[in-house]
Amino acid sequence: MAESNRSTAILESPIQVTDPACIVGIGETDYVRKPGSGMSALGIQLLAATRAIEEAGLTGKQIDGIMPFPNLGNAEAFAANLGCENLRFASIIHMGGAAPVASLRDAAAAVNSGAANYVLIPGGWNGYSGARVRQTVSQDVSSLPGGEIARDYYLPYGFTAPPQWYSVMARRHMHEFGTKPEQLGCIAVAMRKHAQLNPNAVMRGREMTLDDYLASPMLADPYRFFDCCIETDGAAAVVVTTAERARDLGKHPVSIMAGAAGQPYPADEITNRKDIFRTGLSLAAPEAFQKAGIKPSDIDFAQIYDCFTFEVLQQLEEVGFCKRGEGGPFVEGGRIELGGELPVNTHGGLLSEAHVLGINHIVEAVRQLRGDAGERQVRDAEIGVVTGWGDFGDGSIAILRR
Amino acid sequence: MTEDSSDYRHPLPELEGLTQEFYDLCKEGTLHFQRCAGCRAWRHVPREMCPECGSWDWAWAPSTGRGKVFSWTVVARALHPAFKDDTPYAPVIVEMDEGVRLLTQVTDVAPDALEIDMPVEVAFDAVTPEITLPRFRRAAA
Repeated sequence: MAESNRSTAILESPIQVTDPACIVGIGETDYVRKPGSGMSALGIQLLAATRAIEEAGLTGKQIDGIMPFPNLGNAEAFAANLGCENLRFASIIHMGGAAPVASLRDAAAAVNSGAANYVLIPGGWNGYSGARVRQTVSQDVSSLPGGEIARDYYLPYGFTAPPQWYSVMARRHMHEFGTKPEQLGCIAVAMRKHAQLNPNAVMRGREMTLDDYLASPMLADPYRFFDCCIETDGAAAVVVTTAERARDLGKHPVSIMAGAAGQPYPADEITNRKDIFRTGLSLAAPEAFQKAGIKPSDIDFAQIYDCFTFEVLQQLEEVGFCKRGEGGPFVEGGRIELGGELPVNTHGGLLSEAHVLGINHIVEAVRQLRGDAGERQVRDAEIGVVTGWGDFGDGSIAILRR
Repeated sequence: MTEDSSDYRHPLPELEGLTQEFYDLCKEGTLHFQRCAGCRAWRHVPREMCPECGSWDWAWAPSTGRGKVFSWTVVARALHPAFKDDTPYAPVIVEMDEGVRLLTQVTDVAPDALEIDMPVEVAFDAVTPEITLPRFRRAAA
């Protein structure tokens, strides 16, 4: 039924009045965990940006829109280095790790409205050799989600960092739905398996079993060491333009069928939510599927923002791949592995490829939809979903089509 | 940062605005939360206006000081240097009788002995001459 309804639903969608915008260029640096590359945090992002721009068949002069990652750069500096002398659209989405995918939505709107022709979405850092995110978020109130609320009501009690903030949700999920540590382990193991097929994955060559996972030390119980993403040096970037310009470039464009973003309520305080599992994605996902005129069952793969394992499980539920509470059983039995019903994070994700702020998830989705994913190609991949998760549960989603 | 003569070396709240009022009431010995004068809804953390009914009228109202454990994490490896010597410790979310929740710690229960819905009551901790933090201890059911 899903198959037969899909094409007509798209044709009848009242929202899509123009051809969807496209991703026409992707770029990445090497992803590494070792003493500094010698590049600055801006330099490493510029390297990824130049690769994405070149890959699109463009030059820096043609980039007239830039959406940097919050707190990791400003459009002026990117423009001054890349030679973007006609910059018209500069915007930063303050949603932490949900920003890049939310930026896809806004970049698409910008090019379709004429606010810009070519929008660059870069992101990256020296996340290993430079300032670790675990330190910056807890000691810099300006980059701390919740800002003064976190400073005045969380930090005095040692509630200082992302694995701690999110693990209280994971524990509650375990209590309410019986979710097991082994199920979180299935997610970590799946990401690690996928990384073995990815030459740029930090964890390639370092296989991991469920027993390895369970034996890893607790960090913020119920989060073990292997529930956590890997701080990495690296950067990635994508370029967005209109469908018409994408055709002119003669590349293999990937369409942004729909994009949406949302926030939990309240977004700046994580403990006082009536429904602790209602996150930004709970709002964004239904909007995106409605706009795209498809259903979760139409999706061939999902690149889910995996800062920690439970966030994958939780987002799979809120996207609608399974019902709330059923995420634990859903991730078992290889269902989210390559060859399974819904391959998740085919590049290895933040958990085993690299923490590049989820821009690497967009890059991987584009590779899959171009059929360029090599050993880890999802056969006949036509439609994929990418999500972002940030701050205290901000969410974003894009539905992409080849 | 807050200056004081004690050797307390953990992060402290900045005493300003509504946050100063909240912690000053703790120092006086009773946990208070904001309560809307319009719809009577309780709220925490302090906000300027009532998100339920839009009223700007509110007062600090005393809490029973009692609640139950909603969730927690056990920090085995501190990610903030001030807590390096405290591990393992457990930041705990307590749901108060009034319905609001706050992030705190339960001082007399080992992290591995915490349970969801465990009854707890406030136990103030004067960490500096200026600042008293609301922490909790186990209460009778």
